[in-house]
Amino acid sequence: MRGLHALKAMFANADEQRRPAFLPYYPVGYPDLESSLDAIVAMSRAGVDGFEIGIPFSDPLADGPTIQAATQRSLEQGTTVRDCVAAVRSLRERGVDQPLLLMGYLNPLLAYGVEEFVADIREAGADGLLVPDLPPDEGQTFCDICERAEMALVFFLAPTSDAHRIRLVDEHSTGFIYCVSLTGVTGERDALPRDLQEFIARVRAGARNRLVLGFGISTPGQARQMKGLVDGFVVGSALVRAGGDGPAATGALAASLRASLDRE
Amino acid sequence: MNRSAETATSTPDARGYFGEYGGRFVPETLVPALDELEAAFSEAMADENFLRQFAQLQATYTGRPTPLTYASRLSEHLGGARIWLKREDLAHTGAHKINNAMGQALLAQRMGKRRIVAETGAGQHGVASATVAALLGQDCHVYMGSVDIVRQQPNVFRMRLLGAEVIPVESGSRTLKDAINEAIRDWVTNVRDTFYLLGSALGPHPYPLMVREFQSVIGLEAREQMLEASGQLPDVCVACVGGGSNAIGLFHAFRNDESVDLIGVEAGGHGIASGAHAARFADPSLGRPGVLHGTRSFVLQNQDGQIMNTHSISAGLDYASVGPEHAWLRAEERAHYTLATDEEALAAFQMLSRLEGIIPALESAHAVAEAIKRAPSMPRDSVMLVNLSGRGDKDLDTVIQQLEGEL
Ligand SMILES: Cc1ncc(COP(=O)(O)O)c(C=O)c1O
Repeated sequence: MRGLHALKAMFANADEQRRPAFLPYYPVGYPDLESSLDAIVAMSRAGVDGFEIGIPFSDPLADGPTIQAATQRSLEQGTTVRDCVAAVRSLRERGVDQPLLLMGYLNPLLAYGVEEFVADIREAGADGLLVPDLPPDEGQTFCDICERAEMALVFFLAPTSDAHRIRLVDEHSTGFIYCVSLTGVTGERDALPRDLQEFIARVRAGARNRLVLGFGISTPGQARQMKGLVDGFVVGSALVRAGGDGPAATGALAASLRASLDRE
Repeated sequence: MNRSAETATSTPDARGYFGEYGGRFVPETLVPALDELEAAFSEAMADENFLRQFAQLQATYTGRPTPLTYASRLSEHLGGARIWLKREDLAHTGAHKINNAMGQALLAQRMGKRRIVAETGAGQHGVASATVAALLGQDCHVYMGSVDIVRQQPNVFRMRLLGAEVIPVESGSRTLKDAINEAIRDWVTNVRDTFYLLGSALGPHPYPLMVREFQSVIGLEAREQMLEASGQLPDVCVACVGGGSNAIGLFHAFRNDESVDLIGVEAGGHGIASGAHAARFADPSLGRPGVLHGTRSFVLQNQDGQIMNTHSISAGLDYASVGPEHAWLRAEERAHYTLATDEEALAAFQMLSRLEGIIPALESAHAVAEAIKRAPSMPRDSVMLVNLSGRGDKDLDTVIQQLEGEL
């Protein structure tokens, strides 16, 4: 079971356990290729629900300092888009069975060839794709290709999105909608934004898709606040920062984030 | 030239495309801000009061119209075309950048946004932004790569004197590309009350269109001045191309004059073979269509789509992409693009200083270098118009280092 079906099952499973799905973000090649795969395997064993696998880009303009530095280091070690495709394949071989979505900025995907890229990640065992600098207005080619491949293509909404944008993104997004919690870049924050409830309520009112929240979520306490609010959430920077201390540290943090969802 | 007058007048389509170039490739957070900007821009351009206020400040503050100067000794020395210089170096703050900064700052005021962020390479756009922000009482923050901070020190001091905050950028290549990344990150974060004052004819729609409109005064004035001074249109217009704002500002008024060749000059750095350059159009192994900073255009990138670090002696041309309208003008063969190396620009810098008493910006020296190459083979009754986009005071440190011992 792959692609959209895998995501559907992921959400159904989380629903059954009356908690949101937890999808870590982790970039390929940080601090090196092997360690990044080990970190993802460790998180998989910690019982996370799915993954966003980051493809490094030289100019990641939606990312804050932690992910910038990590992906820069990955590039300095020579990580290519082909390595990221191969990473999906080896994760599957190593028993990672959660949904895997690739998250990458547009230009490297264009250089690879969109059609070929989607075919290759599908063949490698991925379930979908997120492109942070591709709004649906520019996404028709991607939509067509992903639809044919039965892969999820996830678009974004932000607190600045009005009813018209919510409708447009909902029409184009498949698998879920990625709700950016705040106006800003990725990175850890002390507290969740105050207008979060209002933002999610506005999106719920206008969209039929599942909602996954990301940006600025990093602690078990913040993860717990996702219960009853959204269908899933993403943690990135905190896990990447832990990855600097080795894959086991990332696995341990993922385990504590996951465990926080089981407590009442 | 293979284009008809009718395509020459076309503006970008509703989605901001010039042919297959342009568009709006940004994180969703910014889409509403760009919609708002686009609406405010078109309302402003249809508002007599806005246009009158803009024109008045251009006349009383910027010092427009800038003169058109006949470069008699340079023309004589080269022995071919008669060379005229459009003197954007004489605009307040010393470069064409203020034309656009003024337009956008007035628009920000109109939109009720007091906080301005800008990026800068050479520092000229940063200085222009800081200047108009001081004039209009706005709060100005300028992102600048730490490499550029070192090579354009005088401009850093000017910005600070003008009350702007200069924020060093330490990521990536620490030049213009990285300053734009940081400015966009700031804008994403503070989007509700911040206006992004982008300095060249690039970025997501409507920036390429808006910057062109605010810079088109260069060509409108020059065309009229040329006709008045010599009774004829130039045979060729030459401008340097970083992001492309001074070039598009010159070219736009001549787009329907089919007899006028439009020549853009990119930064050849140490030469194409060296790989150390910023010539997006001249190096087919690295310069290919792609998306950087919200727009689809020619981008210097490796096989894997990672953006290349660039090199130019001039900070203002040291950028991996180019405005989408230039990519389109080139595809349509309405404009042609060539390059000048660091060495050629330095030689032109000195030649113009000695023969005309005008010290050009190193950016503008690239256009002068093309004039030096091209003029001798043109007939004596032909006319060349060169956009002198800025003055060279800011570049003296760089040039002193390069010419050590020679002067
Ligand atoms: C004097 C001068 N000319 C040209 C440029 C290049 O920019 P553009 O291609 O947008 O005119 C700059 C940029 O800083 C500049 O300062």
